Amino acid sequence: MKNNISFSISAFTFLASFNLAAIGAEQVVNIYNWSDYIAEGVIEKFEQQTGIKVNYDVFDSNEILEAKLLTGGTGYDIVVPSASFLERQIKAGLFQKLDKSKLPNLKNLDETIMQAVQMADPNNEYSIVYMWGTTGIGYNVKMIEERMENAPTNSWELIFNPEILAKFADCGVSLLDAPDELIPAALIYLGLNPLSEDEADLQAAEQLIKNIRPLIRSFNNSQYISDLANGDICIAHGYSGDILQARDRADEAENDIEINYSIPKEGAIIWFDMMAIPVDAPNPQNALKFMNYIMQPEIAAEITNYVWYANANQASYDLIDEEIINDKSIYPPKEIKAKLVATRSYSLEFDRLLTRAWTRIKTGQ
Amino acid sequence: MRNFIRQRERAISLKLGKKLVIYIPLFWLLLFFLVPFLIVTKISLSQITYGRPPYLPMFEWSKDNLLTIKLYFGNFFLLFSDSLYINAYLNSLKIAALSTFFTLLIGYPMAYFIARADEKIRNILLLLVILPFWSSFLLRVYAWIGLLKNNGIINNILLNMGIIDSPIKMLNTDFALYIGIVYSYLPFMILPLYANLVRLDEKLLEAARDLGAKPLALFFTIILPLSMPGIIAGSMLVFIPAIGEYIIPSLLGGSDSLMIGRILWDEFSANRDWPVASALAVAMLTIIILPLILFKNAQKKEVAIDE
Repeated sequence: MKNNISFSISAFTFLASFNLAAIGAEQVVNIYNWSDYIAEGVIEKFEQQTGIKVNYDVFDSNEILEAKLLTGGTGYDIVVPSASFLERQIKAGLFQKLDKSKLPNLKNLDETIMQAVQMADPNNEYSIVYMWGTTGIGYNVKMIEERMENAPTNSWELIFNPEILAKFADCGVSLLDAPDELIPAALIYLGLNPLSEDEADLQAAEQLIKNIRPLIRSFNNSQYISDLANGDICIAHGYSGDILQARDRADEAENDIEINYSIPKEGAIIWFDMMAIPVDAPNPQNALKFMNYIMQPEIAAEITNYVWYANANQASYDLIDEEIINDKSIYPPKEIKAKLVATRSYSLEFDRLLTRAWTRIKTGQ
Repeated sequence: MRNFIRQRERAISLKLGKKLVIYIPLFWLLLFFLVPFLIVTKISLSQITYGRPPYLPMFEWSKDNLLTIKLYFGNFFLLFSDSLYINAYLNSLKIAALSTFFTLLIGYPMAYFIARADEKIRNILLLLVILPFWSSFLLRVYAWIGLLKNNGIINNILLNMGIIDSPIKMLNTDFALYIGIVYSYLPFMILPLYANLVRLDEKLLEAARDLGAKPLALFFTIILPLSMPGIIAGSMLVFIPAIGEYIIPSLLGGSDSLMIGRILWDEFSANRDWPVASALAVAMLTIIILPLILFKNAQKKEVAIDE
């Protein structure tokens, strides 16, 4: 009986809270961000401070996000495309300009990085930098050593030379399911212009990847994090922070797996993930509040310490763990930075060639 | 006279009721099947662009009151000029056909056993067949990942027992794909087969036995022909959805397990090519309609037999 009473009381309060929320016209902000890309507790803190409820949803490829944006009516207030995609999305009129008077924390951002992303977003009118990083190679140290002495883990040779990669096919190799990451990497390895829109260059890159295709276990954009951490694969072409998260997870699991990330010496892609507000966002004011919140030095540092990605928040650098701020693969020094290439939006014609080539590669046609 | 009027009234209301019963589902089909199909067909005949929506309009009303209608057939030509699509179709048909065969092979004995089982346990057995539906289809497919992966349950057991030295690669292969499809669609095979087999007249079998038929002859000359409608119904229920299957090939299959559902998804999302994706969908529907017609004919036959 007592149980019954307490049940009906809790049911009543539950219903009552619903009603109250409805009366108060609950404030919400709908965020669509990459998977594994925010620190625990950051969202709850925002909800407590502002009373705005956060609906947080995740994706794992720029293409999926773009497909949603092009369909329209996504209901999202904040989305986080990479700068190379943002460039053409701005041109297609998918975003609204930021009201910078609502973003006083903009002053915290790193001037040089904000300048670097102006090639995608002139005058930084539409977006702020959320995190940035590189695309390189993650590997399982022990599994690599067992199979090859002095393996070229700091070179694209490891992935693109079929003779070398063949030694690791048995322990599992994954590549990103993103043509705009893999084709430029192949072009860098071939010594060609990574941003080339030349058909012959594309064919050369396609052939190079087809040569190693039989040795690849899967193409994916987020599964490789847990696969690396669990020892299901030994080499992953992936995003810097994701691979470092895998390292972190393996450490926590104490499963005797050591993961490393390297930026290949030939050069690699540097990318910037940008927060922007879709033109049809239902709550743009709340979106601005969240953006401003995320640009607080303490919050930015908290996220970086958790996701192992570099932020662009200069004021937060002092608050970032030593282990991260001094890690050359996260905050690369000048000589490595000089070898990094930022991708741009491709022309529509080349984009179609690229996606066709990519489908052929993936399906082994 | 009064009686006559009443009868007429009744007849009219009966007619109305009949019409309602027929027209409501018809309206439903028109609204949720035909209209979306027409929209997809319209997109399949337009050209790709970068914008919202990502295709160019078909109708344009210019200032001098000229209506131009642009029909672009390039998307359909692409389906035939790029061997990828035809291969994907053929491969989907092959995978669906083989999976149907395997589900039949496993499902038939199960259905037969359940139909012949004691009435008390029959319902429990049927419940067991339906039970997996209580959990999400996606979760059940994910569970297979845990079973099949390199350091998954099956490989670990085999390794510990010393049967194999290095893990067998099962996940992301066609083998895993077939397992996934056969497992997921098995109930759709068992249920119609059961419904058919449970109605099988025991007297026919007794008569055959009395006349000296051996078990094998009994099965091939009496049971199998009589259960044909059930076999066809079950096979169609497996074959048709298996052709367009998307989740199982993308989670369990390798990236070279070519299936049309997956190509369609890639065209729509990763390639942002709505027109080509729509053309694929239209072509796929036309192909699937063929087995559907066969299915209908088989059903008609079954009704005829019952009568």
